[in-house]
Amino acid sequence: MPHTEKFDTVALAKRIRLDVIRMTNRGKSSHVGSALSIADIVAALYGAVLDVDPFDPQKPDRDRFLLSKGHAGTAVYAALAETGFFDASLLEQHYQNGSIFSGHVSHKGVPGVELSTGALGHGLNVATGMALAAKRSGEKWRAFALLSDGECDEGSTWEAAMFAAHQKLDNLVAVIDYNKLQSLAPVADTLGLEPFTDKWRAFGWSIEEVDGHNHAQLLSSFERLPFTNGRPSVVIAHTTKGKGVSFMENQVAWHYRTPLGADFDQAIAELEKADA
Amino acid sequence: MRDAFIETLCELAAQDPRVVLITGDLGYGVLTKFAERFPNQFVNAGVAEQNMTSIAAGMALSGWRVYTYSIANFPTLRCLEQVRNDICYHDCDVTIVAVGGGFSYGQLGMSHFATEDLAIMRALPNMRVVAPTEKWEAQDLTRELAKTKGPAYLRIDKDTGGVARREGERAVLGKARRVREGADATIIATGAILREALIASERLAAQGVQCRIEAMHTIKPLDEDAIVAAARETGGIVTLEEHSRIGGLKGAVAETLLTHGARVGFFRSVALDDQYPTIVGDQSYLRARYGMDAAAVEAAVMSALSTGAPLTKMAQSA
Repeated sequence: MPHTEKFDTVALAKRIRLDVIRMTNRGKSSHVGSALSIADIVAALYGAVLDVDPFDPQKPDRDRFLLSKGHAGTAVYAALAETGFFDASLLEQHYQNGSIFSGHVSHKGVPGVELSTGALGHGLNVATGMALAAKRSGEKWRAFALLSDGECDEGSTWEAAMFAAHQKLDNLVAVIDYNKLQSLAPVADTLGLEPFTDKWRAFGWSIEEVDGHNHAQLLSSFERLPFTNGRPSVVIAHTTKGKGVSFMENQVAWHYRTPLGADFDQAIAELEKADA
Repeated sequence: MRDAFIETLCELAAQDPRVVLITGDLGYGVLTKFAERFPNQFVNAGVAEQNMTSIAAGMALSGWRVYTYSIANFPTLRCLEQVRNDICYHDCDVTIVAVGGGFSYGQLGMSHFATEDLAIMRALPNMRVVAPTEKWEAQDLTRELAKTKGPAYLRIDKDTGGVARREGERAVLGKARRVREGADATIIATGAILREALIASERLAAQGVQCRIEAMHTIKPLDEDAIVAAARETGGIVTLEEHSRIGGLKGAVAETLLTHGARVGFFRSVALDDQYPTIVGDQSYLRARYGMDAAAVEAAVMSALSTGAPLTKMAQSA
């Protein structure tokens, strides 16, 4: 059975964004732009794609979702809370002294988090191991990893890409949050990834490119998995860093800055006005 | 020691279809039998140790019992963050097997000398660290490790201590194995360099000096009782390891003595000085060249005994 409850993923994404702004405001934490960038992807996955059960987070045949870009942990904590894995009031603990809700996503004590990350270039690799385990055990579940574009600088990412194709892991799905901004500057000025789809194709993956904020496109793409039998799938999601808050969009500064005071008020106002 | 380990791993794989061996493209001629006999339980990750280690974590998190296999520093230092974050933090059931402890690959050069691995692996929470001193001990300890789940580092030597298993004797994880009795000094050795301690003890005995020898095959969890007993019951302690002087067996034993307030008659370490060897040679040559052979152990004991008062008595009265 796919999901115990299907969600309106657009409404879910809106709630995730509001949670992210509140968490980063309360915690005076960073990476708000990275979290807003993936809100729609995470909402689509948890709301309508992943076979997971908030009442049985460890069920053996669940789909695995790994946030490889661990710095956007707020979006995943919010998605889990909003889909019933734990009480949303716990999100208030994010970044507080003594909290288990760390800046980079952590699995310890948090139902639904499969893997703790924070160092880049780990998530796709662990997901690859999970997909291999499922294949070797004859099990039907899938492993998803959500990567940042900057993370594709890591050599280990490409080690996994090569291995997964060699092993024909068509139960493995990489989703790339291609917002084209990394820590200090645009990707193109840092360590260019283009021609990006060609790279994945050359490594033996099946590719779809989508607008990472268009739920119809995201869901339709995820519906077609695997794109090719015998090949791992990659969804390259073109996104906007800081999506949903006008003054954060495409701004490197909001990789780090915390929404406080008038910024916070305006961010909440803009997000509340958005369609859902 | 390597073949002995593989033989035992075959037993474990036959018993449990979720035992899997992942190699980083090494083990020519050694892993072939395993791969042919257990094709669903064998993976060659290619020359990609970071990925090998994360894949191991992913399989372990999915219910498999995983062994990664490579040589020297490749499955540990090359991919240390994967070992730390993916395997240890998630308490994964992964045993990292490194063949070529210390100077096992003595002619291949410093890239292939595993001489900081014990220090670095034992610093990782959840990690158990094992360096067998004998072939048969490697087999016992591989079975012992398999009895419980969790991360482990198994350092496999080319050499072997050279003492056959005594009737009924077996190696127990976390328990030092008493190899020789004696009250004038205790030599605590880890790994197959135990051989040098045995040779030294015979030479010392000929000079009237009797050494206790403890085979400290498990560096973590450490047999603290055996260390404290050595301090209390014998003249002093010499540690012996094919490893840097920093942070390995010497460090672990010294920490234990201070933590327990154990008064030790003398404390000496036979280990590699804080340097990278720049010359090559076989394991035995390099031990001698870098002051880690039986002669060095003998000299350490004799110099400690000659500079101290009647140390055995001192230790007994303490």
